[in-house]
Amino acid sequence: MKYVLMFAETAQYAEDLAAMSDPERQAAYDEVGRWFADNAARITHHVHLRPPHTATTMRKVDGHAEVTDGPFVEGKEIVSGFVEAEVADLDEALAMARSWPGCPIIEIRPADA
Amino acid sequence: MSRPQDELARVVRDHAGRLAASLVHLLGDFSAAEDLVQDAIEAALRRWPDEGVPDRPDAWLFTVARNRGLDVLRRQVRYREKLTQLQWPAPEAPDDRLRLLFTCCHPALPRQAQVALTLRTICGLTTPQIAAAFLVPESTVAQRITRAKRKITEAGIPYRIPSDAELPERLNEVLTVVYLLYNEGYLSSTGDGAWSRRLAEDAEWLASSLAWTLPREPEVIGLLALIRLHQARASARFDADGRIVLLPDQDRARWDHPAIAEAGQLIARAAAFGRPGPYQLQAAIVACHAEAPRWEDTDWAQIVVLYDMLLALAPSPVTRLNRAIALRYLAGPEAAVRELDGLAEHLDRYPLFHATRAELLRAVGQPEEAREADRRALDLTANPAQRALLEGRISWT
Repeated sequence: MKYVLMFAETAQYAEDLAAMSDPERQAAYDEVGRWFADNAARITHHVHLRPPHTATTMRKVDGHAEVTDGPFVEGKEIVSGFVEAEVADLDEALAMARSWPGCPIIEIRPADA
Repeated sequence: MSRPQDELARVVRDHAGRLAASLVHLLGDFSAAEDLVQDAIEAALRRWPDEGVPDRPDAWLFTVARNRGLDVLRRQVRYREKLTQLQWPAPEAPDDRLRLLFTCCHPALPRQAQVALTLRTICGLTTPQIAAAFLVPESTVAQRITRAKRKITEAGIPYRIPSDAELPERLNEVLTVVYLLYNEGYLSSTGDGAWSRRLAEDAEWLASSLAWTLPREPEVIGLLALIRLHQARASARFDADGRIVLLPDQDRARWDHPAIAEAGQLIARAAAFGRPGPYQLQAAIVACHAEAPRWEDTDWAQIVVLYDMLLALAPSPVTRLNRAIALRYLAGPEAAVRELDGLAEHLDRYPLFHATRAELLRAVGQPEEAREADRRALDLTANPAQRALLEGRISWT
């Protein structure tokens, strides 16, 4: 089955990352890199999103398109990227997510092929 | 000769899980298999009272489930071939039912759905029976089950026993649901007594099936011991008028002492693994009460130590409240009151906190404050049945 793992960053996670020394941060990035290497056989596609301040939102209201800045989700948890994976079932997707060393929230959704 | 519905209850308990498991195994479709079993049970409910209980009731249920499957799936050749190959009794596969239990209790399902699905699929209860046991509308139960089955299919929740790496967390879900079923049956003072008993018995049966299949999991053994201990004392919990009798006042001669001794052996067997957990510790606490010949002989020092261990593993304000009550008998009411002071912010809405506090304040000679706490406890519990129930919970009935 195909699943999308959506990664969300929290304000706390961003603070923790900012508070790290350069080598610590590099080590954290390396861990993420290892995770991608370990799961390469399952990952069919992945996208990292630029930070929320780069977002633009279009709302269609009564046939008009209204453009505003910012992500449409006003919150502290922002989706920062996603991975598309081909695995047997939800448990395998959960096992992948469990070993993810990056940001703390992951939503796992089945996706149509 | 037992009544048809009693016979059905027995057959369903012994075979529904296995029946559903064997159908899922062959169809690969959880939802369809589960519906077939339920349809067969409902047919038996209608027909056995008139036609009498068949000679081989389990085979009857199986045949009806299979035939209904053939009707429903007539156009689907693949299923039809599979269904005609099905044999009853199903080949012995003890893991099947357990696989089903793990599917029903998958953490991706909401807790209430886990409970409803387990009762329906493994224990064979019908939707109205589940609704009656939990005092919720039938439509709510039906909706929970429908949504859960849809999620199992659409989210790709697998039908299997989790791997060793996943087992501890998954097992936890399963044990929580089983103990929740047990408590619902054991503590329920409302609703139909027969269903309450049935829930408690089903939970005990599930715990013992788990312990049989997973003999190296100490928490499973711990949960079984805990349930056995509660069951062993159940007959002394109510007086002739159906009122709850608190632990100090119970007639200990009415407890099932051989069962208590067996539970003690289970606790020792679990402890030998050297992996203590909340169920083992709770069982050990209940065992301390159960093994005391008289209330006055209760080993409070041991109980307080066990609560300390339990708090280290699973901190909770209610557990701290229970520890404070035990501390009263070990170190006096002043020490217990001091413990409660630290809990006020967590348990202010919990009537038993105030009821306990009232009792302790009276013991240390503060009747005014005690009355105030009593009033607060009463404010929080209007319902007399619930009040009796809550009193029972706190006092280890």
